[in-house]
Amino acid sequence: MKPGTKLKSTVCDTEVMVIKAGEGTIECGGAAMAEAKPAELGALSADFSAGTLMGKRYVDAAGTFELLCVKPGKGNLSVSGAALSIKDAKPLPASD
Amino acid sequence: MNISLILEMAADAAPDRVGLVCDGQRWTYGDLLSAARGAAEAIRAAKVEHVALLDESSEAGAIALFGAGLAGVPYCPLNYRLADADLAALLERITPSVIIGDVARVKRLCPDERNLVLSRADFVAAAQAAAASAAQEGDEGEGIAIQLFTSGTTAAPKAAILRHSNLLSYILGTVEFGSAEETDAALVSVPPYHIAGISALLSSIYSLRRILLLPAFEPEAWIRLASAEGATNAFVVPTMLQRIINKIDEGASHDISTLRAIAYGGGKMPLEIIDRALDLFPTASFTNAYGLTETSSTVALLGPDEHRAAHKATDEKVRARLASVGQPLPTIELEIRDEDGKVLPAGERGEIYVRGDQVSGEYKERSALTADGWFPTRDAGWLDEEGYLFLSGRADDVIVRGGENMSPGEIEDVLATHAAIADSCAVAVPSVEWGEAVGVAIVVRPGHDTPDVADLNALIRGRLRSSRVPEKTLFVAELPYNEMGKLLRREVKKLFAD
Repeated sequence: MKPGTKLKSTVCDTEVMVIKAGEGTIECGGAAMAEAKPAELGALSADFSAGTLMGKRYVDAAGTFELLCVKPGKGNLSVSGAALSIKDAKPLPASD
Repeated sequence: MNISLILEMAADAAPDRVGLVCDGQRWTYGDLLSAARGAAEAIRAAKVEHVALLDESSEAGAIALFGAGLAGVPYCPLNYRLADADLAALLERITPSVIIGDVARVKRLCPDERNLVLSRADFVAAAQAAAASAAQEGDEGEGIAIQLFTSGTTAAPKAAILRHSNLLSYILGTVEFGSAEETDAALVSVPPYHIAGISALLSSIYSLRRILLLPAFEPEAWIRLASAEGATNAFVVPTMLQRIINKIDEGASHDISTLRAIAYGGGKMPLEIIDRALDLFPTASFTNAYGLTETSSTVALLGPDEHRAAHKATDEKVRARLASVGQPLPTIELEIRDEDGKVLPAGERGEIYVRGDQVSGEYKERSALTADGWFPTRDAGWLDEEGYLFLSGRADDVIVRGGENMSPGEIEDVLATHAAIADSCAVAVPSVEWGEAVGVAIVVRPGHDTPDVADLNALIRGRLRSSRVPEKTLFVAELPYNEMGKLLRREVKKLFAD
């Protein structure tokens, strides 16, 4: 998956931009994300319904995947079934 | 990735929030995105290779920046302070372009029919007119977002290139989306052709901090705008801060108590000015930022707590850090290397090398990156044992006396400790015996007598080696700085030639 690729959830409003990615399926709400939105949304999995937050970066435990949420939704993000977590970044003072 | 994502996200999250204020006009994020999409239509239709700006800061700069990004055409703001001949050469290099701003000057200097030249008002009107029917989707952003001409001190200006990925890496790595309060406002008074002017737009929009544009810096206008709009943040270059402080000391009456964060950079900040500023704004956060065009702005910074700690410190090492540019960003690797590329330990001066996703190190003609991605900045500096970076001029400013390299910074630092010296600049002067020798130009502090040259030489001999002792000493009323606060060493050299 190329950095910069935009993916859309097939079960909720979530959209992400890929910052980096390795081998695996990027999912939202338990279903694989796609570059095009399907005509009809699928069902949101209860196990992956914690929601996404606008502007947060999501990473996997190994640091292989990093996704930027550019539109929030009800599903949460995972890669091949393993949930992603919000990347902790120490806030920097505004420098410009 | 495309930098227009920054504005798209802002407009998505807060379409009706005011994002930019200029000359009393207020632009919401929704307004800005709609105009940028319209501008992209106009740019695509013009079939050009660049979008240039020859104008002071205004909403047109922001609309052109994102419009060009959406259209996949490099945005190239030009320095309107350049002399006609220099500007004409740059206009020729970027033709065919959409050029926004000073129509009469562009047509006089570069009467090429392939350029589409528009005044600020006409460009903004055209963008707004095209907005309704404009495409929502932009370019993929594989290419160049920004092309900035370097100041070209020794040769023709180089066209530094920043890719969408460089700038987005910088913003995503340093700014938390939507982190500003709705009342926050950043006063931007640096010119639009400077990297700090561009990164200020990107950072503020991504954090949803309202931008207050001051088209031409003037201290009273700065204070008035900060007061009227309740500015909470500001970025200034050292000379601006000095002039603002002078104005306040003269008794400027406007209330700027909302100001809680002041960032500065672009040139060396005299210690007495930052000390004075820390006293004058006792609750404000100060941040010193070091960066270059080729690094998408900031690569190292000295933060607010470090400023306060250094300001009040009795420990000389901590106190000295007020003159440093702090530590590298977490996303940046930084090394000091000697001329052979060997990494130097703490305390030794050499050339600053940086590496990271935000670092482009690329010019239109060639990339300056090493095979493993390091960018030699040509800035000279050293790290203290805790990793604080101190700058000591440009690597090209090194004085080579009889095969021995010396940095102007070490000599200037010693002179700065003399009570009667307000400012100084050491440069290479031709020497029959040594090839080059040290020349120093000195500005005497008001109210002090001109110091004795023999005493100054003794001071330098006592702190440094005798080879550092100046062969020539000049006393001058002031040193030449450019509008960004950069000391123009080549101009100082000319003083010795006369």
